Amino acid sequence: MEKLMLLGDEALAQGALDAGVSGFYAYPGTPSTEIVEYVQRSKQAADAGVHRTWSSNEKTAVESAIGMSYAGKRTMTTMKHVGLNVAADPFMNSAFTGANGGLIVTVADDPSMHSSQNEQDSRFYGKFAMIPVLEPSNQQECYDMAFYGFELSEKYHIPVMIRLTTRLSHSRSGIVRRNPLAQNPLKKPDDLFQFMLLPAISRKKYKNLIQMQAKYTMEAVQSPFNKFDMEASDYSMGIIACGLAYNYLMENYVDGKVPYPVIKICQYPIPQDQIRELYNKCDSLLILEEGMPIVEEMLTGINLQGLKPIHGRLDGTLDRDGELNPNKVARALGKVDTYGKDVPEVVTSRPPALCVGCPHSDSFYALNDAVAEFGRGHVFSDIGCYTLGFMPPYNAINSCVDMGASITMAKGAADSGHFPAIAVIGDSTFAHSGMTGLLDCVFDNSNVVVVILDNATTGMTGGQDYTAAGKLEQICEGLGVHKDHIRVFIPFKKNHDDMVRIYKEEIAYQGVSVIIPRRECLQVLKKKNKMEG
Amino acid sequence: MTKDIILAGVGGQGILTIATIIGTAAVKRGWHLKQAEVHGMSQRGGDVQSHLRLSDRPIHSDLIPLGKADMILSVEPMESLRYLPYLHAEGWIIANRTPFKNIANYPEIENIYKEIEAIPNHVLIDADVIAKEVKASRAMNIVMLGAAIKHLGFTKAEIEEAIKAIFARKGEAIVEANYRALQAGIDS
Repeated sequence: MEKLMLLGDEALAQGALDAGVSGFYAYPGTPSTEIVEYVQRSKQAADAGVHRTWSSNEKTAVESAIGMSYAGKRTMTTMKHVGLNVAADPFMNSAFTGANGGLIVTVADDPSMHSSQNEQDSRFYGKFAMIPVLEPSNQQECYDMAFYGFELSEKYHIPVMIRLTTRLSHSRSGIVRRNPLAQNPLKKPDDLFQFMLLPAISRKKYKNLIQMQAKYTMEAVQSPFNKFDMEASDYSMGIIACGLAYNYLMENYVDGKVPYPVIKICQYPIPQDQIRELYNKCDSLLILEEGMPIVEEMLTGINLQGLKPIHGRLDGTLDRDGELNPNKVARALGKVDTYGKDVPEVVTSRPPALCVGCPHSDSFYALNDAVAEFGRGHVFSDIGCYTLGFMPPYNAINSCVDMGASITMAKGAADSGHFPAIAVIGDSTFAHSGMTGLLDCVFDNSNVVVVILDNATTGMTGGQDYTAAGKLEQICEGLGVHKDHIRVFIPFKKNHDDMVRIYKEEIAYQGVSVIIPRRECLQVLKKKNKMEG
Repeated sequence: MTKDIILAGVGGQGILTIATIIGTAAVKRGWHLKQAEVHGMSQRGGDVQSHLRLSDRPIHSDLIPLGKADMILSVEPMESLRYLPYLHAEGWIIANRTPFKNIANYPEIENIYKEIEAIPNHVLIDADVIAKEVKASRAMNIVMLGAAIKHLGFTKAEIEEAIKAIFARKGEAIVEANYRALQAGIDS
């Protein structure tokens, strides 16, 4: 069979499609976006009627996936790591309800923060929820783990997490496909108490979840994705390599022969007996993990004196933060490191920037003029392309915390007397997590100006559509914002004075105002023109 | 046989197309391939790179180790220098002369050229001008690919076949323009 050249994200999507998935639920977020984008382009998905439109946010996505699993179908929900924070409530509870149809929660972490506001390791969430976690080390495993994950989920009626990281999500390689499976038929849960988390029921469910841990560990021991190469020529060190870190280990041995015993972990919970055996056999351990040192912490515990050394991110053998690479691993192995030449001094940095002619830039220039009399420090903002409004020449915004926080932070500041309190949020981010915050503002009649930058798309992740498109004024009015204080303008340089005047009028208004600068994203416009031309 | 290539440029300049073409040719040979791309925030006019690894043996790491790249192929002059820590001593730097100036403090271009010319194995061509000369002004990236292929060990026929496979759905005229750009790059 001919190989497909797929990104890790795409391999997982194709795997799920071939494994008979009935629906994907997701909100875009780097590096996970390409999973659902692939499905949206797929003829196979369209022919099979697979659900593949975007959700408003990760919480609604995970809840919808739980609902599809309830109905007996296989379903996958996908998100970036911080998206799981948004969805933490349904995610944690799904470990208690368990699954009916196979349920996979795919989370793409972004170590080194290539396109994220923080670095976190979703394996902690998997451990927290006490569910099996799969961590592919290459594109083929991404594909195969979709099949395996659904089987595991249905075998134990438990959601399974697949944890990706940026380098695998966005790296392409050849995939061999399997014969596709049919979708599950509709089938209600056998036990109609299964999804009923009342305390009396939940207590039993928790006991059951605890009991199941031994089985999940047994599955990890027998997993086709874990490897236990205990025979070696040199026992001065034993190596545990998790997920992608396994590749960086092997990269350092061109002939593929590592002199030390190696445990490759791509399925959790960790295989404890085998790790104990490795520890007993070797003089020291080296733990290689992409992300946070979760396995290393489990092994080192409280660092009792007199134990054999365990090296990794905690003792400084590897950097405590940031993603791994072959060179970091080479140094940890005590191998000769390689390096080219230093970057010449003449090279300057080229940070990302708003596109030339971006509507946001006109909105920011006008906002800057409108708030100039108050000095800087009045604009709370959010997650999206417009976060780049922090950079010169704009220097227009003062916060970026999490999806939706612009509105509620402005509210909290306004409630304390901070004036003016302005929130700048994108249209898609508003749909994701801004609406409830705006309702809070209306409830208290907080003195805020909420600027919803409407470029008719989810821009930063490459231009996906979103759930509130075309309905912003209706939503704001429905939430209780007075229609006289829902102001719309077209952000163009030629409209600058009008824009400044509107900002100033609404700053002067005591109460909740919404201003909607509306002009389509240039990137999306370009794509459209290309397709039509 | 292994080829490790860093493709460099600024978001939107078409380095992923180069990667796709080389990758398609490599796969046709039955080679293994890994190609790490940059998506997300950096694509908004920031510096972008792609690690392209080709080998007749299985490839482990998606990232090229520092000091191991055989080539930096850059569609922008300053960006070619940003990845020098990856280039090994005998590696090639193949760069376009035309700067992409979306930052206020873009350095004096002659100083950039001097640094590139200080690398023993370098090719510095004006791919933008060459592309215009052969009436393929949107195929600057393919001119750069043309300049690179003999150092990569691919034949013109192999690359043409890959171009055809990738651009066929856009029509014969686009395929032909890319062929012209490729040839002009090879001749440069």
